[in-house]
Amino acid sequence: MAKLPTFHDSGEEYAACLSGVTVAYPGRAPLGPFDLSIGRGEIVAVVGASGAGKSTILRLFAGLERGHGAVARTPEIVCSFVFQSPTLMPWATALRNVALPLDLAGIPRAEARDRAAAALAAVGLGDRLDARPHQLSGGMAMRVALARALVTRPALLLLDEPFAALDSITRRRLIEDLHRLWSDRNPRPALVFVTHDVEEAVYFAARTVVLDAATGAVVADRPSPGVLPRPADWRLDPAYRSAVETVAAALAATMETAA
Amino acid sequence: MKRPIDIAAPWLLLGLLLAVWETACRLSHVPPYFLPPPSAVAAALVETAPVLAASAAVTFGMALQALVVAFIVGGGLALLVSLSRPVETAVRPLAVALQVTPVVAIAPLVLIWFGLDHADRAVVALAAAVAVFPLFSGVLTGLNSADPDLERLFDLYGASPLQRLRHLRLPTALPFVLEGLRVAVGLAVIGAVVAEFVSGSGATQGLAWRLLEAGNRLRTADLLAALTWLTVMGLVLNAAVAAVERAIARRSGRPLAGG
Repeated sequence: MAKLPTFHDSGEEYAACLSGVTVAYPGRAPLGPFDLSIGRGEIVAVVGASGAGKSTILRLFAGLERGHGAVARTPEIVCSFVFQSPTLMPWATALRNVALPLDLAGIPRAEARDRAAAALAAVGLGDRLDARPHQLSGGMAMRVALARALVTRPALLLLDEPFAALDSITRRRLIEDLHRLWSDRNPRPALVFVTHDVEEAVYFAARTVVLDAATGAVVADRPSPGVLPRPADWRLDPAYRSAVETVAAALAATMETAA
Repeated sequence: MKRPIDIAAPWLLLGLLLAVWETACRLSHVPPYFLPPPSAVAAALVETAPVLAASAAVTFGMALQALVVAFIVGGGLALLVSLSRPVETAVRPLAVALQVTPVVAIAPLVLIWFGLDHADRAVVALAAAVAVFPLFSGVLTGLNSADPDLERLFDLYGASPLQRLRHLRLPTALPFVLEGLRVAVGLAVIGAVVAEFVSGSGATQGLAWRLLEAGNRLRTADLLAALTWLTVMGLVLNAAVAAVERAIARRSGRPLAGG
């Protein structure tokens, strides 16, 4: 695993930070520079055209990818990742899938089991501990992936279009669940959520970042109105609607310049 | 649910072919040393059953030993190779060169190395050489075909190479290994028969020797009886591996590799 530079200033309020990071891929122009700071306990959504480097940003935060420039994370921070697909081990039960990060960290099996069972219960799957991935619906499999990400009690949770493959009702439910899990936790974890859906971004996050379609550089950074978790009928609120349109316009502008 | 006709159809076809064969032999008065009727083959099967059973056991035992050797050598080599990318790039072309060489052509060489005093060892060695490639290739492909996002997850949680092997690569490889095993089983029997043909000493007394013996004496019915034993042996081995594959697929609920 790549070692990340850390914040030395103990008064730092960021969970993670990219400044001027570029990433070179063979056969195409380098992505970036990325400049993005995630506050502790903050929820940030990242939107952008396909290929704009949304996933790259998450991988940089996770240390799964190296770029040129400064990537920083607070020293003690625990980081988790949720991928586009549930990415479960098909041969293992839900419980063993969720316990995986603990198993890899060498935590005793019994303790790992208890913590994994608690994490599954927190996402509403307390009765499906022994189910195998193929016995679960897409939404349930994603809940297992969420439980696996949360079982290490991360301070930074990175979500890479986690609900893209789900139907809109399941998606909304999972977003409410994520808000609830986030607000129940003390201290609250920072969430970075990549999506191509502007409404989902503005609804879910306290702040939405728009990436340039060609370079991935941050071209707009808009706060979302309202409180988290969202009150009922928030989707009908004019403040929410107008924030969606503002972000959508910024996103459309990046695509026009690229086309 | 299989319909009765689906189960009966192959047997009906077999019966029909045998009936045509029997009738043709009786009507055309073909000399029995050229083509004996099925009734004569059946009589030979009964008459030579004790001898052929013993020979089949010998051939079966040698093929099984060869399979074990091939599994240890091929699987072990693939495991070593998978741990290091440079080693893999070095070994791949060599492995392919070995694969495109008709392995039965090395039979005389194997006889010199292993078979001067122990014909059975030469047979096992040659059958193992024939069966080793699908196992090597199956294990190696399987070890390298883990979900890239799962690999990233293991990176993120700082898994050691051994943990990655145990929790990710070996379980991923299992269906590929079984597929390789299925091919290798057939090849091991072929290898055992060819090796016995080449050694031609009768020291091993396997089914291939019975084939040669019957052929040299123009006892065609005995020859066909020995051939029947070989076919049935191949079918039984194949069905055994397929049953294991199905059992494991059912347990983990995943589709079979390549199908």
